[in-house]
Amino acid sequence: MRFMRHQRLIVPVAIAAAAGLALAGCTSGESTPDDSSGNGEFAGTTLEVSAAWSGAEQTNFEAVLAAFTAESGAAVNYSSFGDNAATTLGTQIEGGSPPNVAMLAQPALMNQLAANGNLQPLSAEVIAAVAENYSQSWVDLGSSDGTQYGVWFKASNKSTMWYNADLYDQAGAAVPEGWDDFLAQLQIVADSGYAGISIGADVGWPLTDWFENVYLRTAGGDLYDQLTNHEIPWTDPSVTEALDVLATLWGDDALVEAGAAQRTFPESVTEVFGADPKAATVYEGDFVAGNIADDGTSTVGENALFYDFPAVNDSAPSVVGGGDVAVSFTDDAATDALMQFLASPAAAEVWVPEGGLTSPNNNVDTALYPDDTSRQIAEALTGAETFRFDMSDLTPSAFGGTAGQGFWQIMIEFLQNPSDVMGTQQKLEDAAAAAYAG
Amino acid sequence: MTQLVAPVANSPAGGDKRRPPHGSSRRRMFMIALGFLAPALVFLGALVLYPIVYTVVRSFFSAGGGEFVGWDNYVTMFTNDSTFTAIRNNVLWVLVAPAACTILGLIFAVLLEKIKWATAFKLIIFMPMAISMLAAGVIFRGMFQENPNLGVVNAALVTVNSAFGQDAAYPGAAGRDGLGLVQDRGVIASESTVESGSEQNFPLVGIRVDSVPAAAAQAEPAVNARAGQLVGTVWLDVVRGGGGTSGQIDDGKTGLPGILVDAVAADGTIAASATTDAAGRYVIDGLAEGAYRVALPAANFDEGYQGVSWLSSTFITGVIILSYIWIWAGFSMVMISSGLSAIDRSLQEAARMDGANEWNVFTRITAPLLSPVLIVVFVTLIINVLKIFDLVYVIPPGSAKPAANVIAVEMWTVSFGGGNNQGLGSALAILLLILVLPSMIINIRRFREERQQ
Repeated sequence: MRFMRHQRLIVPVAIAAAAGLALAGCTSGESTPDDSSGNGEFAGTTLEVSAAWSGAEQTNFEAVLAAFTAESGAAVNYSSFGDNAATTLGTQIEGGSPPNVAMLAQPALMNQLAANGNLQPLSAEVIAAVAENYSQSWVDLGSSDGTQYGVWFKASNKSTMWYNADLYDQAGAAVPEGWDDFLAQLQIVADSGYAGISIGADVGWPLTDWFENVYLRTAGGDLYDQLTNHEIPWTDPSVTEALDVLATLWGDDALVEAGAAQRTFPESVTEVFGADPKAATVYEGDFVAGNIADDGTSTVGENALFYDFPAVNDSAPSVVGGGDVAVSFTDDAATDALMQFLASPAAAEVWVPEGGLTSPNNNVDTALYPDDTSRQIAEALTGAETFRFDMSDLTPSAFGGTAGQGFWQIMIEFLQNPSDVMGTQQKLEDAAAAAYAG
Repeated sequence: MTQLVAPVANSPAGGDKRRPPHGSSRRRMFMIALGFLAPALVFLGALVLYPIVYTVVRSFFSAGGGEFVGWDNYVTMFTNDSTFTAIRNNVLWVLVAPAACTILGLIFAVLLEKIKWATAFKLIIFMPMAISMLAAGVIFRGMFQENPNLGVVNAALVTVNSAFGQDAAYPGAAGRDGLGLVQDRGVIASESTVESGSEQNFPLVGIRVDSVPAAAAQAEPAVNARAGQLVGTVWLDVVRGGGGTSGQIDDGKTGLPGILVDAVAADGTIAASATTDAAGRYVIDGLAEGAYRVALPAANFDEGYQGVSWLSSTFITGVIILSYIWIWAGFSMVMISSGLSAIDRSLQEAARMDGANEWNVFTRITAPLLSPVLIVVFVTLIINVLKIFDLVYVIPPGSAKPAANVIAVEMWTVSFGGGNNQGLGSALAILLLILVLPSMIINIRRFREERQQ
């Protein structure tokens, strides 16, 4: 009997505990509205804002929102939807209660929501603020079918070439100017007994980023957009040109460290910045700084430095990257004020000194960045004449996002056999045709 | 069960006098049985039957599910390259893995019966079963890495090889481009022939400044050649920190000592050789008049044996099957040894008494008696192998993924791994189901036969 009673007690307690945990899980992204909301224009109004950010990013973004609260008086609730932007927002829209403002990491999702009529077009004031603070690439990226919906708040730079400064100094190599000089500098490094560059091609995404950077430089932004939307085929001569340029590096065994096909991307970073470096350069986006810090041997900003992805045939400064775009779902003055705030340099300047934010806003004071490397990343981004979103993220995932198939796999095959440009183009075209049709 | 049911079933039947009690009670019994079975049937229907039927239906629709495409997905399945590789690999798996596991398990079980500490050995052989397939995959991927510094298999091969060979002093060196040197299969040689009594220099690159022997000194130009001599300098044409002119002996460029230099006559024989000194100079003496090619033989630069590229397309399926056998041989051993412990020992004893040797006892007595267990193990492994996923998903690096593909992985990739084509994915799932069915039927039939015995 005693036992029975215990059991009866335990079950509800366990259920309550489980439910409590589940609830805690659901609400952990929420933050309480700031109490400091006092007497501003929108005192008494509460806005809901969602983004993917959690942890330190959430803390920093909440500081941005608190600055808005201090300015306008409107309280702002932040909640994180993690990796499930499409599902979470879709459910909220179905239920008739979307957030006022959301930060989206995929332009495709913004276009889809805009096409469904869920998004509010930017007001004239926000459009003016964007025009004042952003370059045209960002305006275009924030537009869908000619209407502006989004304000880009956060950006990433995937046109950074990271190098081990100790090895470059020892070899006498310098930061290159242009693609040919890039190959020459890698040769100088290779002469000194280290591989010029390490490539991690265990999965295809670093290789698609290589292609995108070269293509943006050889073909330009317009063709890049057309290729992204599959308006021109992959058998186009512009693709041939880009692959030919890539082959000058990938086909040179003296420059590329052997064994690329079996090396993971983090391993390729360790090959350059680890305790026993074998190569001097590794290409990928600004997040490589995190890989270098994880490895712990080299220090970003001291002996782990980067230069911009080299220009090809004197191409203008171009950056391939990603970012988070703010879009609004409701048509009211407080939401509009928040969008204006997010488009102003003041919003980004709250977060920038804390680190972790690269702002695409041209008028953000770059002196505020916490270190030289992040300042250099941001300046490359805002200084770029052409910015394009990572192509493989914009194509159907069957083509641009599947391990073992499509763009990723074909680029791995091209790395292994860089002489087969025509065959590679045909394979890409076949894969694209199937994926865009589906 | 019956005690509980009977009173409920009987009392109303007794009250109804117009109907024959027999039929009515049977129907009631049926209804009650149905009532008890209903929850299980609902679960079975919802969780097993409905998904199967829906998958069949889904396999006739397009990627998005909106359009009926008939047999298109099945046609794609057999015409598409990657799916075809997957099916071919699955066949290979079914042919090799279950048989290998069963045979190994049988050998272990029979041999371990005869030794002391059998349990300890069984425990060790069974241990891999306790590791998740995913972790086992990670282990095997690590073991078979190509780089000998990372992969233990290649490390062993390279160690054994280098124990028998001499390590080259300057692995990976190359001649400076555009300065009259050619490189062929590791030999660095002068592009054109050189008359005896003259000089041939070798500016080399691709050697780390730190790895030059301590004895090396600043490179120096060779002394003027006398008749019958070939002279020159072999040096590292790199200055630490950059600078210097390519192909010239500048300050800061070190000579490479200990390099063998051959003078190759016109007929390809080696006329004479010399070795470089600390400043990189060599003097080949005693040559007849004539033209020679000066060559640095490959032995100076040999990078040595680098091991086998296990995770390349060629070997990848073999490696994965090996890891599978490593895990599942333990399972079949345990099953077979439990079968062994159940068989009638007197038959073995009798055979031994009649003078049969151990091999005959095994092939004529033990193996036939074990055959029911062997078949169960074999069929279970076939089913298991057909749906193999984890190992194939984890072990191959990107470049070898297409070569290692199997149906289950292809199904996942096509429908959820980014392909977003759940029509084709469903068709693959149905193919997998059809392939597994015969083994399932065999198993069920065997169970039924056993119960009837």
